[in-house]
Amino acid sequence: MQLYLSRVAPSEQFGHPAADLSASVEVSRSLHRGWLGKLRPSSERVGLRVIATAYLVAMVVVPIATLVREGFSAGTKHIIAAVTHPVALAALWLSLKTGLFMALVNAVMGTLIAYVLVRYRFPGRKLLDLLIDLPFAIPTLVTGMMIVTLLGPHAALGKLFAAAGVRVVYAAPAITLALLFVTLPLVVRSVQPVLLELDIAEEEAAFTLGAGEWATFRRVTLPAIAPAILAGALQSFARALGEFGSIVVVAGNLPRKTLTAAVYVFGEVESGDLRSASAMSLLLVAISFLVVLALDLLSRKKQPRG
Amino acid sequence: MASDKERPRSRFSVVLITIAVLYVACLVVFPALALVRGALGDGVGSFFKVLARPDVRSALWMTAKLTAFATIVNSVLGTIIAFVLVRDRFVGKRILNALVDVPFALSPVALGLVLLTLFGKGGLLRPLTDAIGLEVAFAWPSMALATTFVTLPFVVREVGPVLEEMGTDQELAAYTLGASPLATFVRVTLPGIRSGLAYGATLTVARAIGEFGAVLIVSGGIASKTETATVLVYRALEDRDDRGAYVVAVVLALASVVLLLVLDLLRKRRTSGREPRR
Repeated sequence: MQLYLSRVAPSEQFGHPAADLSASVEVSRSLHRGWLGKLRPSSERVGLRVIATAYLVAMVVVPIATLVREGFSAGTKHIIAAVTHPVALAALWLSLKTGLFMALVNAVMGTLIAYVLVRYRFPGRKLLDLLIDLPFAIPTLVTGMMIVTLLGPHAALGKLFAAAGVRVVYAAPAITLALLFVTLPLVVRSVQPVLLELDIAEEEAAFTLGAGEWATFRRVTLPAIAPAILAGALQSFARALGEFGSIVVVAGNLPRKTLTAAVYVFGEVESGDLRSASAMSLLLVAISFLVVLALDLLSRKKQPRG
Repeated sequence: MASDKERPRSRFSVVLITIAVLYVACLVVFPALALVRGALGDGVGSFFKVLARPDVRSALWMTAKLTAFATIVNSVLGTIIAFVLVRDRFVGKRILNALVDVPFALSPVALGLVLLTLFGKGGLLRPLTDAIGLEVAFAWPSMALATTFVTLPFVVREVGPVLEEMGTDQELAAYTLGASPLATFVRVTLPGIRSGLAYGATLTVARAIGEFGAVLIVSGGIASKTETATVLVYRALEDRDDRGAYVVAVVLALASVVLLLVLDLLRKRRTSGREPRR
């Protein structure tokens, strides 16, 4: 971030090279008094600061604190008991399993799509680029409906899968599919800008030295975009843990079988057990938080800031 | 735009393009088409008949109201937060910055749970709201809170980088020429961040329309009263009212396609002459 005061000293920065010393002093004085000056906070600045802080405290800190309070209200023992309950444990395991598998597929396919979008020109490229954002804009509940409509027991494709003996809807594959849909933009949009800014000269050099396109990608491009891929994959994993709207429709939500952690929380809330719901929510938040922390460390390593 | 990043067409490229197109088609396009077909299966007439149902109209209206509320609140306060985070320096700013992203990490279901804990039966803030006589849980205030919470980061995260990029030279110039802080903000800063604000607000609208998990929990789902469009779709699915579910789902999907096009337009306008930011 730009430090404001360090940039304003010479008067010519204001486009008045002829300004005399007194004007310059006047300027710097008014700046010290001003809303942007850093030395003496003006009432406007303090006011804005208070508004921003108050809003974030009310909207973010209070909910998190409430969750922690409710979760711990019956003691740590209860939390452990709540999340190690077989149904809860199975739900958590299913969420982690489908989330990890999704993140893996997403990393590969997201990178491929980003590469294709940046490096190639072909008819329909703009449309493809636009479609990547569609999952973000579509309500997740509608996403779930789409999948059931296409692959459900009454759909032609669904019957085909059923005939082949593969359960898609109301089973883990549909959960993974829903997660892949919902998180499609994350890896693509994380890798795309990095690819765009990558110096093509290195790839061309590898090319002219006789490396094939695959070898070039693996040896030259991949190392450069690996942090972006990992960041996108971690983000999609964190997003997947909390996903509810699409999964509740496609999963069938059978305890110990097709019930994910977020849907489990919903079930506990519906049956009035707010404490167990809070315990599982806390665990999910903690996992997400660790993932976000890893992401933060990763991005700081990538581009050290002064 | 980035023509030097292109590659000559090879067999390898054809394979990759085919895989990418097929993947997106199977994952996004086919399911979307299946939904549209499901909604129009009984003809356009029955589509509009569903739209005229009172519970459907009230749910769509509820979603519109909640979306408007969240967008206005978060546009104003999000801009203030972005401004404070970029232009101001004070102890604890980094914590404030980290707080902005929390709504992305919290499951909507967990948010619904928190709102129930706070405002539900025997809730922690219940004495306060009872004293004012405000019904929060299972009424519009908790739904508005939920929608506002999940959309909080968008404006902040879109306006922030624009503010940073803009720098302070112009604000400074206006200020030194005698404009008041407020006048400087309205006349200089605001026009400068317009593109970021519009983009963030559109993202907010998109997310607000689709909010489901938290609203489902806190709304109580009373048909024609506290039901949003997404909650109505869910109830219709449970009640085997497939027609209702499909029609409202398609309306929501159409809205998101329109918003997507708006986002694309905004992006093009903002990046004309520059490298794409996203």
